[in-house]
Amino acid sequence: MSGETSADDPRAAPGGLRISRRAFLAAGIALGGGLLLTLRFSESASAEDALIGAYVKIAPDGIVTITAKNPEIGQGMKTTLPMLIADELDVDWQNVRVEQAMLNSIYGPQFAGGSLGTPLNWIPMQQVGAAARQMLISAAASAWAVPAAQCVASRGVVRHPPSGRQLTYGALSERAAAQPAPDLASVTLKKPSEYTIIGKFTGGVDSARVLDGAPLFGIDVSLPQMSYAVYEKSPVFGGRVVRANLAEIKALPGVREAFILRGASADAAVKMGLVDGVAIIADKWWDAQKALEKLRVEWSPNSAPSQSTSGFEQQAAQLAREAPHAIIRRDGDVAAALRGAARRLEASYAYPFLAHATLEPQNCTARVNRDGSVEIWAPTQNPGPGAQLVARTLGIDAARIRVHMTRVGGGFGRRLNNDYMAEAAMIARWLGRPVKLLWNRPQDIQHDAYRPGGFHQFVAGLDAAGKPIAFRDHFITFGQQGHVASSADLPRDHFPAGFVPNLEYAQSLIELDVPTGPMRNPGGNALAFAFESFLDEMAYAAGRDPLALRLELYGPPRILPAPPARVGLKIPPFDTRRVRGVLELVAEKSGWAQRHALPRGTGMGLAFYYSHLGYVAEVVKASVNPDGVPQIHKIWAAVDIGRQIINPAGAFNQAQGAILDGLGQALHLFITIENGRVVQRNFDAYRLLRMHEAPPLEVHFLRSNNDPTGLGEPALPPVLPALCNALFMATGKRIRTLPIDPQALRRSAA
Amino acid sequence: MRFSILVNGIRHEVQADADTPLLWVLRDELHLVGTKFGCGIAACGACTVHLNGEPARACVTPISAVGTAAIVTIEGIGASEWGRRIKRAWLELDVMQCGYCQAGQVMSATALLSKNPHPSDQDIDAAMNGNICRCCTYTRIRAAIKQAAGLPTADTREVRS
Repeated sequence: MSGETSADDPRAAPGGLRISRRAFLAAGIALGGGLLLTLRFSESASAEDALIGAYVKIAPDGIVTITAKNPEIGQGMKTTLPMLIADELDVDWQNVRVEQAMLNSIYGPQFAGGSLGTPLNWIPMQQVGAAARQMLISAAASAWAVPAAQCVASRGVVRHPPSGRQLTYGALSERAAAQPAPDLASVTLKKPSEYTIIGKFTGGVDSARVLDGAPLFGIDVSLPQMSYAVYEKSPVFGGRVVRANLAEIKALPGVREAFILRGASADAAVKMGLVDGVAIIADKWWDAQKALEKLRVEWSPNSAPSQSTSGFEQQAAQLAREAPHAIIRRDGDVAAALRGAARRLEASYAYPFLAHATLEPQNCTARVNRDGSVEIWAPTQNPGPGAQLVARTLGIDAARIRVHMTRVGGGFGRRLNNDYMAEAAMIARWLGRPVKLLWNRPQDIQHDAYRPGGFHQFVAGLDAAGKPIAFRDHFITFGQQGHVASSADLPRDHFPAGFVPNLEYAQSLIELDVPTGPMRNPGGNALAFAFESFLDEMAYAAGRDPLALRLELYGPPRILPAPPARVGLKIPPFDTRRVRGVLELVAEKSGWAQRHALPRGTGMGLAFYYSHLGYVAEVVKASVNPDGVPQIHKIWAAVDIGRQIINPAGAFNQAQGAILDGLGQALHLFITIENGRVVQRNFDAYRLLRMHEAPPLEVHFLRSNNDPTGLGEPALPPVLPALCNALFMATGKRIRTLPIDPQALRRSAA
Repeated sequence: MRFSILVNGIRHEVQADADTPLLWVLRDELHLVGTKFGCGIAACGACTVHLNGEPARACVTPISAVGTAAIVTIEGIGASEWGRRIKRAWLELDVMQCGYCQAGQVMSATALLSKNPHPSDQDIDAAMNGNICRCCTYTRIRAAIKQAAGLPTADTREVRS
């Protein structure tokens, strides 16, 4: 087969994504007969691993079983990645069965995070399918003693048109297994015009089973002789158990055991490892949960009880008046540029801590076998580090831990941390029998790795034409022992860095004892609100159209230097043409240019955000009711994640869901810390968005000629500032603190 | 205590404390795990089942309060015409993301259409407000309810102002 590429060949993309890690393909005969193909990321995998790790199995009856390597958290990867293999293999989708992989190094990275599933696997998964197809063609050619180039394969059949002969993949599968596996880099991928599955609306492979009530989620796991556990930790982060009324608890009906576990280290709380707590074991989860009400624990004090949301606000106000702790970027001379500016703006922005609140509470089922090996069933986004955490916590070799990835009832970044896995494994070892640990909702909300709050002191200078010439952010964020807390950083290349000549990003840290961590679009879910709202302030101050100001700031069509590769991924360079593309598309679809014809009291707001390799612009149309409650009329989004939407079913769903997720954050969500503990306990106080608050949405994909990238996260950030900017146009009142306070938007409000 | 309950047309004898929520009887005694635990305070709707055709939150319904009511769960909802149509629409529109809330959504939607086969958007809001979807698939839930009802699925709610 020829290795040439054409303009519409995915491999010909300028600045395209490539997996930089070497992958190897191995072929063999599947158990029960047929072709088995394995993609290896190292050559050290054992023969057994090769069997376990099969990506493609073709049975003699033509049924193709494809392994989904990554966890399914609702992002659709269990459907998307097999689609890539199946299309290149060229089989009918209805003849495809998808099986969830276990954690195994043979697959390389297995995780759901960073919107990386698509960019990391777009090419390798297609190559696996194409290689299998090539082997089937070779098998047919050898069976017929004809040149492979005369054979064609499609829809599960290889044909030899000159002779009219044909054989099904099933009939060829054993012979194909004897063919040498091709070098992955040598296989030719389809042209987009040849796709039969990619680009088609394809429902989730497990959706019907979910609606039948099948036991797919972590919480549904059941093992023989399994007990149920609850694990109560200190409401104050990092608190140690001094004593607990264990004897009383053990005497309660249905309770089998109650015992204290000791935390792994002093900083385990902020590191999301095992922390001190009391385990209650019962034959029924409800009995263990009821026993919690009788549990009395004396927790040891630590430094945390002084921590509070109001204290953070006071510290931030103080730090804002002082010199910053550090300068993280300095371009030009901001002070001089501000002195020469025709107009100067200052504003303070703040946003709260947030919890992930996955609807499936954290849970894990664990069994410690007689030989000391451990088996884990968990809804996790990140099984590899989970196994490492269990290994460290139990003091055993990670190779002795098997992790089954269940379907995950929501991730949003919460389950990148695997604290619940360490707890279940420790409880199972103590007990010597299988156990299912299930958190209740207050435990879930009060023991998270929170999206950190933050404070921004912005200053901008505009020239006489209204163009920003100076920009400063004193970012007051959170740290632990002088290091910026997880997901509390301001990237030094964050817009408008590089686009305003005189710019300074300064930073000060508030010491924090509360765990923080990544939440869907870490950084962006907070920074977009602050930066894109302040940019809107600059536009209004200058009397400029917010769209025109953005187009001017991003400037002429150009491609900026690419940042270094990360997690095995070459990062494509930032392309201002893609910014312009989505801004102009969303303006057109929303009728942005006609917004001044809207009735008084109705406004439109615009925002753009680049994140996770995706370019997204959104417009919100909104007003407020007499109580100041925002009424969202409609939201438009324009999204550029490359030339190919692999599965429109999943893509529109991800974009719509991310927008509404962000809307809920803007309208309702906050976590309050008092005396070192989280105040909110359940969904009555932590108000997730509900049906009647979900406005009409329009999502438009702009198909630029770039390799496809991920969509779990990029559509979330712009909606927060777009809404606040719309409310400014509607009411003249600027939202600088989240969540939005309707009191501040009432017509009578100052 | 012993209770005799009727679930999806099948009678079960169960042993449980009187205050045990129906949710845990279904999940841990009868192994009907399609009904999900989300909050324990009837705030999220993940545990929605039908009692005599009315949606009920199983997490706050004590087993002792069930009495002779006919219980239908997600495992049995497909036996009814509206349940079958709702499930089909859910799959045709690929409503779910993580799917954890969707059993509860389907139960609430089926109860709605059983009583009101041509719901307005306001009717849908009222019937579905107790069911949180953390993935925010509300756009498709609304469309799927309309599709099951044979109504146009386009979202026409934009305020024309």
